Amino acid sequence: MKEFIMQPWPWYVAGPLIALTMFLLLYFGKNFGVSANLRTMCAIGGGGKFSDFFRFDWKSQIWNLVFVLGTIIGGFIAHHFMTPANPMVDISDSTVLALQELGVEHKGFLPPELFSFDALFSLRGLIMLVGGGFLVGFGTRYAGGCTSGHAISGLSDLQIPSLIAVVGFFIGGLLMTWVILPYVLAL
Amino acid sequence: MKFLKYLLVGVLFGITLAKAEVVSWYRIFEMFRFESFHMYGVIGSAVVIGIIVVQIIKRKHMNSIEGSEISFSDKAMSFPRYLIGGTIFGLGWAMTGACPGPMFILLGYGFPVFVVVVLSATMGTFVYGLIRHKLPH
Repeated sequence: MKEFIMQPWPWYVAGPLIALTMFLLLYFGKNFGVSANLRTMCAIGGGGKFSDFFRFDWKSQIWNLVFVLGTIIGGFIAHHFMTPANPMVDISDSTVLALQELGVEHKGFLPPELFSFDALFSLRGLIMLVGGGFLVGFGTRYAGGCTSGHAISGLSDLQIPSLIAVVGFFIGGLLMTWVILPYVLAL
Repeated sequence: MKFLKYLLVGVLFGITLAKAEVVSWYRIFEMFRFESFHMYGVIGSAVVIGIIVVQIIKRKHMNSIEGSEISFSDKAMSFPRYLIGGTIFGLGWAMTGACPGPMFILLGYGFPVFVVVVLSATMGTFVYGLIRHKLPH
């Protein structure tokens, strides 16, 4: 059992647990959607002074912030108690090859040269972390949800708008990965 | 205490996504290159089970712990909103390798630089709030 837990979990373990997460939140009378917290954070930070979009009863969303706090703790537990030291992500050989060609190291859980505070002082890192984060936050609210709200909750309820959003997620993701990212990584 | 259950479900979700490497930039890069089934298996099985779960909830008129029937509301139909918004989201997802959930999970995992990603995403949401009336919805 311990060995199984320490290994990376296969998709057929993770998928059902994500569905369980959605079910538990529904059972608690809530909706599974993480990106709503970004709007809540804007409201708490005084965003209501600038746009009525941030004037809402954010106290009704505190449960979601608590959920997010739980995910941070979950990440900590997974790393410190459930993963061997120096985990490698076992991506396919062809992906490793593609990374080599782009000059990205395959080492550790995330590419070390892209996801560190040092990276912020390079143009490449700044674009990927600040620019990428901005696009996620802008796009998710424009689309009315993210991977959890649309791809999981929305598709589970057979919502066509969510299907359109997920198609959009892939148009953007493919465009970035195949067309734009090679230029950004070369900076 | 009433918030404890949300914290615990969050812990479950955080551990799941971290242990299945869904939060790793490498996995997202691999997914968009169609070089592994892993991510499609994760999302696909979650959706298939999710569809079954939602159908059971609806047909059995299941109540939440608060006592009222669990309800689902249809999302307003639109093309530009979901397609353009979704595409912008996808561009950022493939860059940071993290959608909103994983951003926070990675903070706990030991990548404090994701504070910057979370703040940038919050700024993105803020700017959307400022200019949304000018955007096609």
